[in-house]
Parts: sequence; C-alpha cells; structure tokens
Amino acid sequence: MSTYRFCVSVMPKPGILDPQGRALEGSLPHLGVDSVHEVRVGRRVELSVDGASEGAARAVVERLADELFANPLIESWSVEAMARPALEAAR
Amino acid sequence: MTVAERPPRPAVAEVMHTPLHRALGLTDHELGVIGGRLGRAPNDLELAMFSVMWSEHCSYKSSRPLLRTLPTSGPGLVAGVGENAGVVSIGDGLAVAFKLESHNHPSAVEPFQGAATGVGGILRDIFTMGARPIAVLDALKFGDPSSARTRRLVSGVVRGVGGYGNCVGVPTVGGELAFHPSYEENPLVNVMAVGLLEERDLTRAAAPGPGNLVVLYGSATGRDGIGGASVLASATFGDADPQKRPTVQVGDPFAGKLLIEASLELIERGLLEGLQDLGAAGITCAVSETADRAGTGIRLELDAVPRRETGMAAFEVMISESQERMLAIVRPDRIDAVVEVCRRWGLPVAVIGRVTDDGDVTVAGADGVELARVPASALTSDAIVYEREGRPPARSRRAPAPGAPELAHDGLPERGMDPGAVLVSLLGDPNLASRAWVTGRYDETVGSDTVCGGAHGAAVVRIKGTAKALVMATDSNPRVGALDPYLGAVSAVAECTRNVVITGARPLGVTDCLNFGDPERAEAFWQLTEAVRGIADACRALGLAVTGGNVSLYNESAYGAIVPTTQIGVVGLLDDIGRLVHPVFRAGSDVVALLGESTPGLGGSIYADHAGAVPDDRPPGIDLARESALQALLLDATRSGLLRSAQDVGGGGLCVALAECCLWGGIGADLQVTVGTAPAVELFGESPSRVVVSVAPTAWDALRSLAAGSGIPLRRLGLIGGDRLRIRLVGEGATGAAEERGAGVADEVDMPLDVLRRAWESGLPRAIGEAG
Repeated sequence: MSTYRFCVSVMPKPGILDPQGRALEGSLPHLGVDSVHEVRVGRRVELSVDGASEGAARAVVERLADELFANPLIESWSVEAMARPALEAAR
Repeated sequence: MTVAERPPRPAVAEVMHTPLHRALGLTDHELGVIGGRLGRAPNDLELAMFSVMWSEHCSYKSSRPLLRTLPTSGPGLVAGVGENAGVVSIGDGLAVAFKLESHNHPSAVEPFQGAATGVGGILRDIFTMGARPIAVLDALKFGDPSSARTRRLVSGVVRGVGGYGNCVGVPTVGGELAFHPSYEENPLVNVMAVGLLEERDLTRAAAPGPGNLVVLYGSATGRDGIGGASVLASATFGDADPQKRPTVQVGDPFAGKLLIEASLELIERGLLEGLQDLGAAGITCAVSETADRAGTGIRLELDAVPRRETGMAAFEVMISESQERMLAIVRPDRIDAVVEVCRRWGLPVAVIGRVTDDGDVTVAGADGVELARVPASALTSDAIVYEREGRPPARSRRAPAPGAPELAHDGLPERGMDPGAVLVSLLGDPNLASRAWVTGRYDETVGSDTVCGGAHGAAVVRIKGTAKALVMATDSNPRVGALDPYLGAVSAVAECTRNVVITGARPLGVTDCLNFGDPERAEAFWQLTEAVRGIADACRALGLAVTGGNVSLYNESAYGAIVPTTQIGVVGLLDDIGRLVHPVFRAGSDVVALLGESTPGLGGSIYADHAGAVPDDRPPGIDLARESALQALLLDATRSGLLRSAQDVGGGGLCVALAECCLWGGIGADLQVTVGTAPAVELFGESPSRVVVSVAPTAWDALRSLAAGSGIPLRRLGLIGGDRLRIRLVGEGATGAAEERGAGVADEVDMPLDVLRRAWESGLPRAIGEAG
C-alpha cells in the first residue's frame, strides 16, 4: 500500500457560459490590458490517496471527480498525478 | 404567453437513419403543412426554425384552442394574453406587470442553473414590458422529501432561485412548496415575477416601421440550449460529441442586472419602438413574433450577431437560447443613443437587421446570400394547431365490495381520536410546516419595500411614494386536482384570490401556469381541458381576467405523469397600507370567528394523507357565488377597519389555520367548534370559502350585521388569550351547559403553543434531512 498524490482540474465545458471568466475578462481594460481573451475559470482539487497501485488510486480519484468534484452536465475534469516530494517538503 | 418547456427528444444515435424533420420532432404531416405554408419544400435551416417554433412550447399547438376560452379582458387591463406579461393599471399613472412561468424540465436536469435561468427568464418578461421587477415568488413541487434525489433537487433549486434573485437585486418574497410522489422524477419549478411601471413606459414586443433597425444587445450568442435541435448538428456535420453541444444554459445574474438597467433606461428615454426578450427558440422566436405582431417582416444579417464561440452554424445562431439577450427595434436616427446606453452598461450591442414590409423573416448570410425566408406568421400566429382528443379516465368507484358495510364518508376518528396529536402531526407535515428553511435562503427585503415576506400568507410590497401596496400570492391544489382537475383549478383560483383579499387588497388579475402530462394522451388532454374550464369559470365568477401565463406539457417520466397541477398567481392592490390585515392573532380578548362553513369530504386533504382516506371520498365542492360573496364581504370588512386579523382556511383545515394564527401572533386562544358533520371534517377538512377572523369585542356586532347582509355564515369560536390553543368540540345544537356535562363529541385540542411551534418549525428541515 502506497500513497499517491493527484490533482483534479475542473473546468466549465467548452461552450458553457462562464460568468466568472467573463467577469475577469471584463475587468482587464481597467488594468490597461488588451491582449488577453478567452478567460475561463475552473478549480483545482489536490488530494492524497492510499492504494495498491497508482492505477487503483487514480480510479478512486476519477470516481470522486465525476460524482463529487464536478457537475458533469456543465463541467469537464482531468486528473494528473503529482510528485510526492513537493508535499513532503511542504510539511 | 410563452412556454419554456419541450417534449423529450429522440436520441442522437437514432438520427442518422431518420429523416431530418422527424429527428427535429416534426411529424410527416407537419412537414407537409410547412411545405404548404411556404409553397415549396423547406431547407434545413428553415426546418430547424419551424421545429423550434412549432414545438408545443412556442406554438401552443395543443393548448391554444383551450386558452381561447379564458376570460382575457377586464377593467384596467392595458396589456394581456399574447404579450410578454399582463399589465394592469393601478392609478396614479402606474401599472403593475406580472406573470407566472415554468422552468420544469431544465430544473430536473440541472436544478441550480435550471431554477436560476427560470428566474432570469421571467424577470426579462417583466422588464421587456417597461416594468422594473420588484418581486419574485417561486412555486416548487417535489417528490418524496426523504429520497436522495428530492433532497438534491430541493437544495439545487432553492439555491438557484436565491442565487439569481439575490444577486440581481430582486426580492424573493413568497411562493409555495409542496411534496407529492408524482413529482419524484419531474419536479415543478414555477416562478412568478411582479414589476412596476409608469403607464407611459409600457413597451410592446412588436417590430413596427419598415426601415427601422433590429438591434441585439446583452450577452453574446453561444451554443447554449440547442438541445432539441442538436440532432441537426449531428445530422449535418456528423459531430455527436456532447462536449460541443451543451444543452444546459447558465444564468449570469450580474449580466441580468445590467440588462435590466440598460433596458429600463432605453425605455424611459423613449429610444425604442419595440422590445422583446430572447428565451425559448432564441432569435428565431424574437424576430418572428415581433414582426408578426406588427404585420411587418425582418431581414437578418446573420454575420452581424455577436458570438461567444467560433464556428457556429447558421441554425445554431438562429435557435440558440443563450441567456440575458434582448432584441430592440430602433429608429435609425436613435441608434447612436441606443449604442451609447448599451456600451455604458457594458453590454455588447449590434445592429443585426432591418424591419421590412414583406411579412417575411429572411436570414441573409455572407455577401447577402439568402439562407432562409419564411413568413413570420407561419412561425407564430399561423402555426399549426391541433384539436386533440380528451377523454376522462374510466373510474371504478362508488361500488362497494359485496357485503362490505357502506362506509359513511368522513367516517374518520370520532371519540378516541386525539385531535391535539393530529394537529402536531399536521403542523410538522412538510407540506404545511414552516418554510423558514427555504425563505431563509432568499433575500426577501432587498429594495426595502417588502412589508411581509413569504413566512405568513401573501406577500406585501409597498409602492414607494404612495400609500399603496401590492399583495401577491401563488397557489395550487394538486391533491384535489389529482381527483378532479376542474375542482383543482377552481379551488386554486379561489384560494389564491382569497389569500390576497384577506389582507384587504383587491385582486387585479390572474396569471396561470398549467403543468400537465402528454397532450397526445386522451386522459392528460382531458385533464388540461377540465383545468382550463375551471380557471375560466372561477375567473368569471370572481370578475377577474387571465392576464397571461404559460403552459408546460409533457411532464411525464417512466413512472407516469405528474398530477394535474394548475398553478395560479394573483396580484392585488391595497389602496392604503395602513389598512393591511395580517393573518396573525394580535390582542388578548379579541373575538375569534369563522366566516363560511365546512362541507363534507376529506378527499384530497393533507389529513387524508395522514389518517388514510376513505375510498371514494370526494374533495369538498365549491360554490363560486358564495366565494365571491365572501371575498366582497372581506373587502367591506377591511375597508371599514373591522378586522384585527384574517386567515384563509387551507391545507390542514380549520385547526391548522387557528394554530397558525396563534403561532404567528405568539398568543393562544380558547375556542369551541360546533361539529355538524364529523370532528375530522370540522377540524381538518379543507372545504373552501372559509376564513378565520378576529375582531375587537366592540366590533363584533358590526361584523355580525355585515355578514348577515351578505348571507355568509358567521360563527363565533371564542377568545384570544393565554399560551395554549384550546379547542373544545360540541355537538350541533349543544349548549354550553351540555358541553360542561361532557357532551363533547371528541377529545378536545389543548396544546401548549411551544409544542405546536416546535412541530411547525422542525417539520421541513427534518423531512429533508437538514435538521441541525
């Protein structure tokens, strides 16, 4: 049994209206920035999972992503494995 | 009227092997009729436009013949059925706009966004008329409150209503929340909005004046809500990737707020010839309806429509349901001013076409290539209409099993029943208990005009700068509707108007939202027919017009249809807010009395849910002449300042109404109820046309002579006071002395208020698993 660390990125699906992204984009002119567009705002979840293998741990994360972290009707998600040392260092 | 619902659509996978018109939900017959209207076969884009406009939700093809039978004119009505919302004059140059609308199917799919965009959509209907939205009410229906699905839906819908309403700055002041097993898979989210306008600002959703510009402002257009027609994309481009075809619309209340302010400024400055919001069927619906209302045509330059996404096909632009967009008709010399206003409010704005005199909706692509040309009327007023067949269900009733004793109706507990325990159980029923768990999530007071929110009866919102106030309520009676759709509709109109009248306000008009099953099923169509007949009869008897509303059909799931649900909304005018009557006992020693009398029948009552219904027991009937007389009497009594309180007898019957008056006033009462039929009927029956009132002892004689003059029975029940609710039951004709000798026909109610309060306050959170 080992511990694996993942991050899940949750983003509004393409084509779904993203009011947060639109609000950010609307603020850019106030900062004099006119080179930025297509802003989309999502969220990132980091978590550690105990499992027999990375695949088994990842399966748990994918289930959580689909059922809990994201609203699959309007959001898509992706899972990435993270390097452990970063976490150790943080402790 | 507009409809925001659509029937289930065929699965995308089936599309490839199906002719396009069928994949879009049009029948072979309808394709033939379209060919007849055009004098040629439609192209794919035209077919897409017809498919959305000839859906039930835009064309009312099943319900239009019925809706024509409703009374639609009345005193003060300045805009009615056919406009975005009904508008009634209230004097001082002011008018009120109001309408109920459903957002059922979107809320079943994605409860938060479905409810939020439902609020956004009905608000647009209101400010499109030139009115500033001042209040929202939401009528919500769900299945079993203990199921995980219902809990998820309740939480999402309530957050969605509050999320949009709170952010956009319009108070959610009231509504209705009901649970019934038939809504398990098909919840109902009906939202009512009320707005206030200067009568001179009344704006029509029409496109007059050939040569005028067609302007689109608000959000850019994306692929939102192309659900029904996504089959077209698949068929045309072979692209069935659901990621590219989002059918869920996401609301943006902050953009909605900008849209309100920009629209009202454009209207107040007289810059617009016509204004229409974009809802179901998007640009197609807005251009064809505005052109048809004015008898003009519109030529659209498709490439001029601002987009949020790249690579959108023509049909996607034409039928997108992206939220927070408006279509304005503008004289060419005023376009600069219009653009300036929209820019200042941070809204994209574009001239997307011109009004023409040819009566056609024409869609032009790059270099002026004509992509579609359809008579505006063929899409709207001349859309196909069906005379559907209605048939009442074959019932097997009124035939007791051989040898079975004939049960007297209402033969429910007599002696030995503990009515106090029944009262506690009713007060804790999720259909009757305190709505604080819901209303606490809504901003009820933003705008600082809310006098009474949704906690107790009708909502009251004052009109700043005047002594007037608007009183608003929304009601339905699905339990009765399930047994008798006609009676369900009649009693919903009667109850909703009564709830407005007991505050002292005069009802201005009625808006309706008809939630029914598949109209192609004879029984469902019969239910719809009966409900419309009920609304018409009740409105005529009460002298009120139906000012507009909405129809939501195809409310069915694998588990069957919902019970017929006629949601009614009423707005009333209170001329002097100082005369507002609350449904709350106020002062000790005031006299409590009942106006009206109970009639037999426990069918359709909440009590029957708890105690078990006697087979074949019918819901109590209603006498509309008496209802009308009762409401007139109440208005007389409040005008002469006689009433200290007035409360409608509704769900849970007289006993629950009395308990509510006590709980809300924080004071008890010592009462005596005469039993004419059966104790359960007197205490918990829900027969209509009854109101609990309280008056100062000195006003009793005046009330009595007023009631005698109007022929409404008036019965003195007792006095307010103490911290218990005590109700003794006495037999008909029994005197006080007989009662003392033990002639009571059932145990009495004698409950401390704090026990009742605990049951009432904890009922809803407990039922939905949110008790903390």
